[in-house]
Amino acid sequence: MNFDFSDDQKQLRDQARKFLTEKCSPKAVRIVLDGKAPYDKELWKGLAEMGFLGVAIPEEFGGAGAGHLELCVIAEEMGRANAPVPFSSTVYLAAEALMIAGSDAQKKKWLPAIASGETIGTLALFEGKGNPSPKNVKLTAANGVLNGVKKPVADGAIADFTVVAARTGSSGREGDISLFLVDLKAGGVEVKSLTNLDPTRGQAEITFKDCKAELLGAAGEGWSILTQVLDRAAVLCAFEQVGGSDRALEMGRDYALDRIAFGRQIGSFQAVKHMLADMYVSATLARSNSYYGAWALSTNAGELPEAAAAARISATQAFQHCAKNNIQVHGGMGFTWEFDCHMYYRRANAMALGLGSLTYWEDQLIDHMRKKNAA
Amino acid sequence: MNFDDTPQEAEFRATARAWIGANAPKQYEDELRKSSLGRTQLKNANILEVAKAWQKKKADAGWACLHWPKEYGGRGSSPIERVIWQQEEGPFGQLSRMFIIGHGMCGPTMMAFAREEHKRNYLPPLASGEKVWCQLFSEPAGGSDVAGLRTRAEKDGDDWVINGQKIWTSGAHYSDYGILLTRTDPTVPKHKGLTMFFLDMKSEGVEVRPIKQASGASDFNEVYFTNVRIPDHQRLGEVGDGWNVSLTTLMNERSAIGAAVSTGFPELFDYCSSAMLDDGPALEDRAVRSKLANWAVKASGLKYTSMRAISALSKGERPGPENSIGKLVAGSMIQDVATYALDLQGASGVISGSEDAELAGRFQAMLLRAPGTRVEGGTDEIMRNIIAERVLGLPGDIRVDKDVPFNKIPTKGR
Repeated sequence: MNFDFSDDQKQLRDQARKFLTEKCSPKAVRIVLDGKAPYDKELWKGLAEMGFLGVAIPEEFGGAGAGHLELCVIAEEMGRANAPVPFSSTVYLAAEALMIAGSDAQKKKWLPAIASGETIGTLALFEGKGNPSPKNVKLTAANGVLNGVKKPVADGAIADFTVVAARTGSSGREGDISLFLVDLKAGGVEVKSLTNLDPTRGQAEITFKDCKAELLGAAGEGWSILTQVLDRAAVLCAFEQVGGSDRALEMGRDYALDRIAFGRQIGSFQAVKHMLADMYVSATLARSNSYYGAWALSTNAGELPEAAAAARISATQAFQHCAKNNIQVHGGMGFTWEFDCHMYYRRANAMALGLGSLTYWEDQLIDHMRKKNAA
Repeated sequence: MNFDDTPQEAEFRATARAWIGANAPKQYEDELRKSSLGRTQLKNANILEVAKAWQKKKADAGWACLHWPKEYGGRGSSPIERVIWQQEEGPFGQLSRMFIIGHGMCGPTMMAFAREEHKRNYLPPLASGEKVWCQLFSEPAGGSDVAGLRTRAEKDGDDWVINGQKIWTSGAHYSDYGILLTRTDPTVPKHKGLTMFFLDMKSEGVEVRPIKQASGASDFNEVYFTNVRIPDHQRLGEVGDGWNVSLTTLMNERSAIGAAVSTGFPELFDYCSSAMLDDGPALEDRAVRSKLANWAVKASGLKYTSMRAISALSKGERPGPENSIGKLVAGSMIQDVATYALDLQGASGVISGSEDAELAGRFQAMLLRAPGTRVEGGTDEIMRNIIAERVLGLPGDIRVDKDVPFNKIPTKGR
């Protein structure tokens, strides 16, 4: 058994960490946090040059053709660095949807542009309140045009194209939903930025008015493709959350070692030690669940839906737990804009919602466990 | 990343599987599979006898204490082979419970500190289960603070004379031998005045009294020593070096990689799969699903944490400290799981008798046994300290008694 990443993959992780430590310091993140730029363009360019954007994209479409395990280790580092770039929207959602369902022409058009960093993509699924569900998709597609409103759309204000979930039928079943590709630079859309929990990652409202769109995958297959995309993205996001958890835990640990109160390091008080130990437990459980998700993703195993849901829940909880208690360890200073703690707190809580909230993933997990048990 | 055996591992697994298939006491398989915390018993057989017979059978065929050297009754297997054996032994591994302390702690301590002749005499019958061992560390005045123990050992000629009391000794009532941590010098700070021995539990002056636990069962004992004589050649390690010797023992306890910890989750999921609530099947209830999902990811997280450690073993590496989370997570989880299973039963959850209770009182028994899991083998608080100090590198607790002669440490809070 080798339930671990290979030496090459670990080396890639080290390389990504070194690159991000240099190019994505908290100071750099703050430029986006403070609203001085919508995302870090220089970093995005650098990620493309390093080959990170196309690491899982096949070589024939301009990528490195490595694989999802390689993408997982990079994702972990993106989370650790709290990178203010549209990585998850473009790489986990748009590119994965194209790789699962895109025609040859669609892949040729968009995937090389993603790998080279020229193009930002995203997924427009949500329409206000609610979790992923066919019945929550109201936006219509008819005669090749879309009409309706999507929000929130992650990185919608900076995206060049988006995958859109649209209603093409009214039977009340999953087959009513189809996916479309929309070139956001070609008109027919209004895009409005939305203030959100995590300013380092934009959210937008996109209104589609007789917007030209091209079918992605077969008509009526949209929901089935979408659940596959969400499962893959859940594993990849889980690695970002694991990276974020580890960083928040380290920040808390370091502060507990540096800070003196009542004449001793605050890390010598059991109340603080035990809080940090519990954060370590959460982060470890999340990492192990995520490794299983990575295995299922990389082998396209039948276990992927269950593994993805477990990774998603565990990593979401861990990141929220570590980010929240990191602030607690820091005391009052942790609650200032000046300290970096809130960046992880914001990211953790925004990420907890992005692919559907825990309620949705708990349901997914139990449904799949139940199916397996019945089989 | 894969879950595949190497060719050698696959071959070992096939051999182990074939032998277990041909030799395991299959008539008890179903009952062992259904056993859970607080409920490991066989209806029509004495589990101790069944366990001893299975252990002896394994030993005769070379399958006992796999990782021990052959000359001491083991097989000389690699750590990964030991894990594969445990996986293949499956429910029959439940029968090894009464040997865990002897094989996991006493044996390795003997191997590290006993004289060669003692190792050759005592270890093979320990491996084969013919002799059962216990570990006599905890005392009324020394639980988490083991080094605060007060049982005295005083030199008298070539013997040591032991007086005092131990507590929480698992299996002392059926043990033949024990390893015993004593205080030989109360005038030096507490960690420096300890000495370790092994002794015959049938020695004159040893009295074992079962403790009736909060659950009503008796798995543990108090052991009283009145002028018990132990020959000096049964000393393990130097006089005054007992603390270091005991660390070897405790380290072995914690390095039992791959030893499954009970979370209660499979039992709860199984129960919820068929249970009906007032409004329909439990598994369709939103609140139940949320609870189950949260425990499911803890259980799977522990499972894959253990897989990561096994992978490290497989590659010949030393597993990291991640495994120290197992007992901490599982201990409080099984307590919560049992509490919730009863909640689902409504008012009738209060009935615990095996004739009338739901599932013959499985979760009621689990609930009553669960508090012990958070205390035995290191309390939740000690486990958190270990993680904080050894994994995260945080400072040790301030120990006001560290440099004080033992006999000057206060013994009463007020």
